[in-house]
Amino acid sequence: MQVPAPVEYARAISVEHAIGLLGRLGEEARLIAGGHSLLPMMKLRLANPEYLVDINDLHAELGYIEVGPTEVRLGAMTRHRELLESDPLAAVCPIFRDAERVIADPPVRNRGTLGGALCQADPSEDLSSVCTALDASCVIQGADGVRVVPMDDFHRGPYETAVGHAEILTEVRIPIRPGGSSAYAKVDRRAGDWAVVAAGAALWLDEHATIADARVGLAAVGPHTTHLPEVSRALRGREPSEAAWELAGGIAASACRPVTDSRGSADYKRHLAGELTRRTLRTAWERARERGGASWR
Amino acid sequence: MTTTTPMGHGRMLRKEDRRFVRGRGRYVDDLQLPGMLHLAVLRSPVAHARIVSIDTLAAEAHPKVKAVVTGAMLAERGLAWMPTLSGDRQAVLATDKVRFQGQEVAFVVAEDRYSARDALELIDVEYDLLEPVVDVRRALDPDAALIRDDVPGKTDNHCFDWETGDAAAAEAVFARAEVVVRQELVFPRVHPAPMETCGAVADYDRIEEKLTLWSTTQAPHAHRTLLSMFAGIPEHRIRVVSPDIGGGFGNKVPVYPGYVHAIVGSIMTGRPVKWTEDRTENLVASGFARDYVMQGEIAATREGRILAVRSHVLADHGAFNGTAAPRKFPGGFFGVFTGSYDIEAAYCSMTAVHTNKAPGGVAYACSFRIAEAVYLVERLVDMLAAELDRDPVSLRMQNFIRPDQFPYTSRTGWVYDSGDYPRAMELALQIAGYDELRAEQAERRARGAGEPLMGIGVSFFTEAVGAGPRKDMDMLGLGMADGCELRVHPTGSAVVRISVQTQGQGHETTFAQLIAEELGLHPDDVDVVHGDTDSTPYGLGTYGSRSTPVSGAAAVLAARRVRDKAQLIAAGMLEVAPDDLEWSTAQGGGRFDVRGVPGSGVTIQEVAMRAHGAGDLPDGVEGGLDAQISYNPDNLTYPFGAYICVVDIDPGTAVVTVRRFIAVDDCGTRINEMIVEGQIHGGLTDGIGMALMEFIGFDEHGNCLGGSLMDYLIPTALEVPDWETGTTVTPAPDHPIGAKGVGESATVGSPPAVVNAVIDALAPYGVRHADMPLTPSRVWEAMQGRAAPPF
Repeated sequence: MQVPAPVEYARAISVEHAIGLLGRLGEEARLIAGGHSLLPMMKLRLANPEYLVDINDLHAELGYIEVGPTEVRLGAMTRHRELLESDPLAAVCPIFRDAERVIADPPVRNRGTLGGALCQADPSEDLSSVCTALDASCVIQGADGVRVVPMDDFHRGPYETAVGHAEILTEVRIPIRPGGSSAYAKVDRRAGDWAVVAAGAALWLDEHATIADARVGLAAVGPHTTHLPEVSRALRGREPSEAAWELAGGIAASACRPVTDSRGSADYKRHLAGELTRRTLRTAWERARERGGASWR
Repeated sequence: MTTTTPMGHGRMLRKEDRRFVRGRGRYVDDLQLPGMLHLAVLRSPVAHARIVSIDTLAAEAHPKVKAVVTGAMLAERGLAWMPTLSGDRQAVLATDKVRFQGQEVAFVVAEDRYSARDALELIDVEYDLLEPVVDVRRALDPDAALIRDDVPGKTDNHCFDWETGDAAAAEAVFARAEVVVRQELVFPRVHPAPMETCGAVADYDRIEEKLTLWSTTQAPHAHRTLLSMFAGIPEHRIRVVSPDIGGGFGNKVPVYPGYVHAIVGSIMTGRPVKWTEDRTENLVASGFARDYVMQGEIAATREGRILAVRSHVLADHGAFNGTAAPRKFPGGFFGVFTGSYDIEAAYCSMTAVHTNKAPGGVAYACSFRIAEAVYLVERLVDMLAAELDRDPVSLRMQNFIRPDQFPYTSRTGWVYDSGDYPRAMELALQIAGYDELRAEQAERRARGAGEPLMGIGVSFFTEAVGAGPRKDMDMLGLGMADGCELRVHPTGSAVVRISVQTQGQGHETTFAQLIAEELGLHPDDVDVVHGDTDSTPYGLGTYGSRSTPVSGAAAVLAARRVRDKAQLIAAGMLEVAPDDLEWSTAQGGGRFDVRGVPGSGVTIQEVAMRAHGAGDLPDGVEGGLDAQISYNPDNLTYPFGAYICVVDIDPGTAVVTVRRFIAVDDCGTRINEMIVEGQIHGGLTDGIGMALMEFIGFDEHGNCLGGSLMDYLIPTALEVPDWETGTTVTPAPDHPIGAKGVGESATVGSPPAVVNAVIDALAPYGVRHADMPLTPSRVWEAMQGRAAPPF
């Protein structure tokens, strides 16, 4: 049995309470949600917080999936399993179901949360690239109020986010634009493993069935989730086609910054970045076309 | 009597599962003794360094710490080094240097396991870093750092040399051969990774001067003898208990420093001391497996007649040679690398070296290195088939040892006991629908782009298990015999005590079935006792698939001895000559009847009551109905099998999916087919793990990169197909019921089938070989023509 270092523990009963506890306990306090990233690090004594503020009691307050006409709002305490099983969410953002099916295993998904995944900011983490592809924004609450940060500004580096001390991520907002769909693909060495490379793509068609916008987010090919604005620029206004996906895949392969490690060589990861970009864009387009009906064929 | 049909009560459910499925198994870590203390081990963070100083003052000052022990303290008692099973020595705690990352440097005994672990953080060790030896291929370079400067006169990292076969004869054949195929094959370091890590509870009674050690051991008797010789405690004052064991796979054969720490801790404190390894400690510091770099060569005629196999092996044994293998076999049973083929010549030379890596070297269900040997020859045969443009099945069929050649003496001196290889191969082809699979493959290849790359891999293995004959095999001078003690109670139920220890193999069921079959009892009426040196006869334990070949034979012979005695008693009861009696087990009940007069006689239960009763017994027959046996096998047993693996590879991502796996196993007479199949399923899963994902790697500093189950991947149900198994039965001629060992067959036979399938799938890319583990990245590199071995 691996044993963490001694740690003090408190349970928060509201967001305000959690923020108050963090403020009072100082820099050595950490929030714990599902715990599936933090606890293994504590057991290996890679993380040694002095205090844990448990926010699992906030699930009633922060565990929700609200699908509106122009926006999806996801509470930060929404569990992976809830994201996986939500039909309304899958209807507008099928990328979530794609991703959740390949995140870890059922025990982890029963416990792990959206907010925990984003705040852990592991460079191989899946939901960060999902949210990047969807152009999501993060709602961060502190003692002085609430601020909204786009995904592109949320990640500061590996394991580092815009969430400051005595702040808490409370909600993720995803804009819903017409004519869009999304997809996620991941290559791992074994079910439940971290990604060798993963890609999330979202794509929007205009009334002429050409590409109004497209976004790609890559996991595990850089210090943090890689957003590729070059892909968006290249695809906007273009006809959906194999040539378009090829172009985007080429951009993804050359723009990412993978390193060789036990999951694979940098060359292979670069290849996958291209391959998975092509695959997810193609799937997202096919889904968007199905939703748009026969007029887009 | 041998039989080709399973034993009575063949597929009965496992008796031990009554407790396991209720969560009532009792493992070492479940043990709670009054006043028990807890031990934690401080391990080296670096691979190679001189220890400058160790400051334990702060740890000793921890309020819950009872003792802090360093190598220097052990050295004062002569306990700093202990013998390994292969005649080397290993540091119990490092005194001079640390020689691998994870090596034991100090230990703490405290009131609870949390305090023990916390106190490790308070020990301050100053290391003077040395150059680590990580790359096995550089270990003998003149400028390589010397690892074993503890051995007087040692000037390099050489561990041992070994050879087998006839170098000159092999050279002569290779010189004139029409076709020669050569390939370097790396079988990388892997780990058994049992679900239960290693641990012990030591309880030294200072009044009785008696040590009780509960430990995770596959060989309690051998451990008792070793501990006695090493620690100087008389053997009769040591009791080793191996309770329920959560998987062994060879990982629990060695004596680990942690066991000794617990013993020393208990002697020092006068209280029971528990040590339980955590997952990282198990993966980083306990017995690994494989780690062979093999230069393989195969010679043949253009018509496909295999003439010779030759290999040179560079073996990485880590910092200490902790291999568990019979003394005369430092390379284990690698000598069976000639495989299942009738060839003219064979030769193998082996050089073993030390590196700054964890010691060990044989663990993991390999039958003493047969996994490596089978991988070598089965890859070479496949490469030869590719070279000759031959179907890999027909090439194997052409070269098999024929059924009429058994017993067959191989070119390296192994006497294969029995076999019918074509029959097993044909059954596998039939289950697989081999011709249809090849047709589908051709069709997919013709369709070209976008299709999954389909591969069909074949392997055929012969194992040599059940070590072993006294004349050839011992470990540290201990003969590899096993004992059995059988007592039939007055009411006709029985207890059988055996010297082998189950770790999940179902001994409590199969040994009951063996006794029940021989005595005409119900298996539920036979209790199996094992794992406690105070209550079982001496024997060398469970590894190398030896339980059924050795201890199983002992059990059968003990039961037959009891039955012989029962016949004398029954003759007295019926007032006839013993030879006039006929034994039968119709309707499952054993009885003696007067020949030709069914129903005239007595049941085994009636005989048992008479044996313990007040009535007269025949002259010269003692009361009671017991027997004891120590069984020395005459030969090993040679199970074999034909495996076919079908894979699909995504051409875009290079991800390998195992679509089907067909395994036909012949392990002679089967006792409980369900248990045999379970062992095969487990071994096949092991094989897919080794072929596709398992790998203990190191960085250039000697840091172990496989220190958690997030880094060291083992397969799940999602990576394996529904196994398709088949059976042929060729009884073992030297075993009393014709049974052969099977515990490791599938682990040994499956890796080459998977690798051969992947290479077959990549044939359109011109790939000849790629080393395990065939991760998506390595498969993709192979498709690009630049796969590198896993160093």
